[in-house]
Amino acid sequence: MTRTVHLGVVLLCHADLDLAARLARIWAEGGARVAIHVDARVPGAHLVGLRHALQDCEGVIFTRRRRCSWGRFSLVRATQDAAAALLSRFPETTHVYLASGACLPLRPIADLVAFLGADPDRDHIESVSSREVGWTVGGLNEERFTLFFPFDWRRQRWLFDRSVGWQRRRGIRRRMPAGLVPHLGSQWWCLTANTLRAILTDPRRAEFERFFRLSWIPDESYFQTLARRHSTRIESRSLTLTKFDHTGRPYSLYDDHISMLAESRCFVARKVWPGAARLLANFPAQGDALPQTDPPQPDRAMRIIEQTVRRRAFGRPGLYMQSRFPRKDAENGKSAAPYAVIVGVGDIFPGFEDWLRAHLTCDVHGHLLGPDGAEFGGRPPVGPGALSPAAAVRDHDPQGFLTSLIRITDRMQVFQFAPRDNQALNWFVATDPHAHMLVVLGGWMLPLLHSGMPFDDIRRVFGRLQRIELEHLDVLNSIWVRARLHQHDLDHFLANPGPILLDFMRRIDPDCRPLAALPAMRDPSGLNAMLHRLRNAGLRPRLSRIEIAADPGQVPAPAVERAAE
Amino acid sequence: MSRLGILADRLRRRIERRRLILRAIRGRFALRAVTDRTARIGPGDILCFVTLRNERARLAFFLDYYRSLGVRHFLVVDNASTDGGGDCLREQPDVSLWWTDASYKAARFGMDWMNGLLRRHGRGHWCLTVDPDEFLVYPHMEDRPLPALTAWLSDIGRQSFPAMLLDLYPKGPIEDAVCPEGQDPFAIARWFDPANYSIHKNGHFGNLWIQGGPRSRVFFRDDPWNAPALNKIPLVRWSGRSAYASSTHMLLPRGLNRVYDEDGGERISGCLLHAKFLSGLADKSAEELDRRQHYADSREYRAYRDGLGCGTGLWCSQSREYRDWRQLEDLGLLSSGNWA
Repeated sequence: MTRTVHLGVVLLCHADLDLAARLARIWAEGGARVAIHVDARVPGAHLVGLRHALQDCEGVIFTRRRRCSWGRFSLVRATQDAAAALLSRFPETTHVYLASGACLPLRPIADLVAFLGADPDRDHIESVSSREVGWTVGGLNEERFTLFFPFDWRRQRWLFDRSVGWQRRRGIRRRMPAGLVPHLGSQWWCLTANTLRAILTDPRRAEFERFFRLSWIPDESYFQTLARRHSTRIESRSLTLTKFDHTGRPYSLYDDHISMLAESRCFVARKVWPGAARLLANFPAQGDALPQTDPPQPDRAMRIIEQTVRRRAFGRPGLYMQSRFPRKDAENGKSAAPYAVIVGVGDIFPGFEDWLRAHLTCDVHGHLLGPDGAEFGGRPPVGPGALSPAAAVRDHDPQGFLTSLIRITDRMQVFQFAPRDNQALNWFVATDPHAHMLVVLGGWMLPLLHSGMPFDDIRRVFGRLQRIELEHLDVLNSIWVRARLHQHDLDHFLANPGPILLDFMRRIDPDCRPLAALPAMRDPSGLNAMLHRLRNAGLRPRLSRIEIAADPGQVPAPAVERAAE
Repeated sequence: MSRLGILADRLRRRIERRRLILRAIRGRFALRAVTDRTARIGPGDILCFVTLRNERARLAFFLDYYRSLGVRHFLVVDNASTDGGGDCLREQPDVSLWWTDASYKAARFGMDWMNGLLRRHGRGHWCLTVDPDEFLVYPHMEDRPLPALTAWLSDIGRQSFPAMLLDLYPKGPIEDAVCPEGQDPFAIARWFDPANYSIHKNGHFGNLWIQGGPRSRVFFRDDPWNAPALNKIPLVRWSGRSAYASSTHMLLPRGLNRVYDEDGGERISGCLLHAKFLSGLADKSAEELDRRQHYADSREYRAYRDGLGCGTGLWCSQSREYRDWRQLEDLGLLSSGNWA
């Protein structure tokens, strides 16, 4: 069923009237009647320019100017006035499109007319029940209707917030006028003249207005709610492509959006940056001989915009930079990718790093946080991402060092760690779900055993390293740990190093090579004797659960004992 | 911090800001107008503020670069140039020029002059304050000129735009990298460090303090705390209350320094490509050392002189070749935030 469509357009303008004139001309030359509302705040001189620019266009009228502020009823009032003026001046109008002075028609107006004509009784207005899950972006949903909003959100934010908080505490709930079900939706719609007339001449209009005057952002709810009362056929989708960011501001359109917009097949897009010359020259697309009636396909365009919304709201995990510096525990991803920290094993097997590198498809480093500088795998003069191996530079911002390394490399990063190293990242790593940790407590004792240092030095170093390890252990045993932690005592590990290593390596790298042989191990015999001597020298070797033999001469086989337990 | 402490802190910043503004007003007397074309500035024009000394070789490229981005007027302080750069500037129709031979150091490294001009001519405009060797890149710059960016920033209620300094350097010794007058310096110096930047937060001013890059890697290896700061906020919608506190690294009121998201999201940011590491730097370092007019006893220039004497280069195997802003965004050096 196709009836002749007479399109009317209500154009709300508040800034950049040059652009508005250009867009109004597109509508008028496409055969639409245009009622222009110019915000009363715009100086009269600008308005004269607009009138002058449009004086040769037929079917353009200017309606009573009102002072409009964002989110207030004045916008609805301006729309009502303009729509009423349009319908009385051009009574033959069958459809009214609400657009702004920055809404760019993307397809020929004839396309829109043909599209409307294919189903002329349908109202195109996004109208979502406010009880269903959030149509709105951030902030208030149902409360828009249940609280009073006497203050302007942009200019009286403090009062606005106080008044909302006060009403919430008092449990204030306004009652919706009988017969109305609150609905929300895009403020840009296209209604049939019948529906619009019914809304404007509703006998209870004054009552509804009283209610909506103190609701929040009524331009997104007044027509959307009343259309449900008067319309029989609602297509709940706006014909205008528009997307808001997380603060409720619409996205601007620029020259580089041309292909995305053309692909969307939308009739109108909001809102165009006035300087986008190529964009303005490109649209509306020149129609073929026959108007196309295919419906809009805005999904891809919406997806692209949603991606940037996500980036703005959540950011890229593990990125710390000049415009993203999350406070602790609000990182939304402490690091960019999984990585592994191996504590103590390198001390047990001197050639462990090279051996591990041969078995894994990961980047295996030495002690990245070591006291003599970062030991990058292969010991290059400069690390990945031009990270300096100098200890001073690294320790200037250790967290930045580690997160940069993880972000700039493609493969998984694996590095050794010991109590001798910079301990600044203990909490960061332990609370990072990306971290895989293999911890062999007390591994650092073996190099000390074979150091050949005088006993007094060993005693001093042992005391210091043990204290550091205990502090690290406090972190690892806390309830905040999110790292995937595999923790073993030295004797437990020595009893069965192969399976423990293989299990861990398979976890961090499913493609790891099968273990042929373990690397050469530092001889643990004599450890007991050393611990015994340290204890008698006044230290308390706390962590090691190795039986300290009463007689240093009798060295038991600790690994076997532990394994038997 | 206690309530009283917070109040005392605010009061301290307020006094600091007043002092900066007073210095700016006083600093204006040191400037002598050579050509004042500020009457040609229209409402909403984007302005560029520069202090320079002996930069004639760079000027033509600099002016053209920013003109093509949409800067409408340049306000330049010539700190007693001797290379004829002033004559060249005087002839440009969109340049207003001031001259001074007062001490750069005593004027807080030129910032008093800049604050003075900004206060007088920049109010209500988006103002870009850069050095003649700093070139702004920002998201979507190939399709969207600066007025698109500033209109969008105004639209979302932002007053400032951050752009980290990114040092670009040539492959090979710096002294061999000759950039002919008027040529694009980034045709020669086109390598940069991708991921070695350190960040600390400054509690008093609320800004981020970023260091790193090739200078930290090569010249300040043992003393990274004294490496030059790279964080900059060069583009600001100026108001009568604003003042740059230390170079363009930070401003008061401190809200202008809040250009980063702390809840995990990403805000928009750009980069200032730094065309400093070109032939002539060694001579310049020697001269600047003689003048003793630079920050922290010219520590930086001393490091260059010591490093450059023996044909040092900054290039390393991990250096990346500069392509465009998208590359910088992938590396996480800048972000388009939600400017879709």
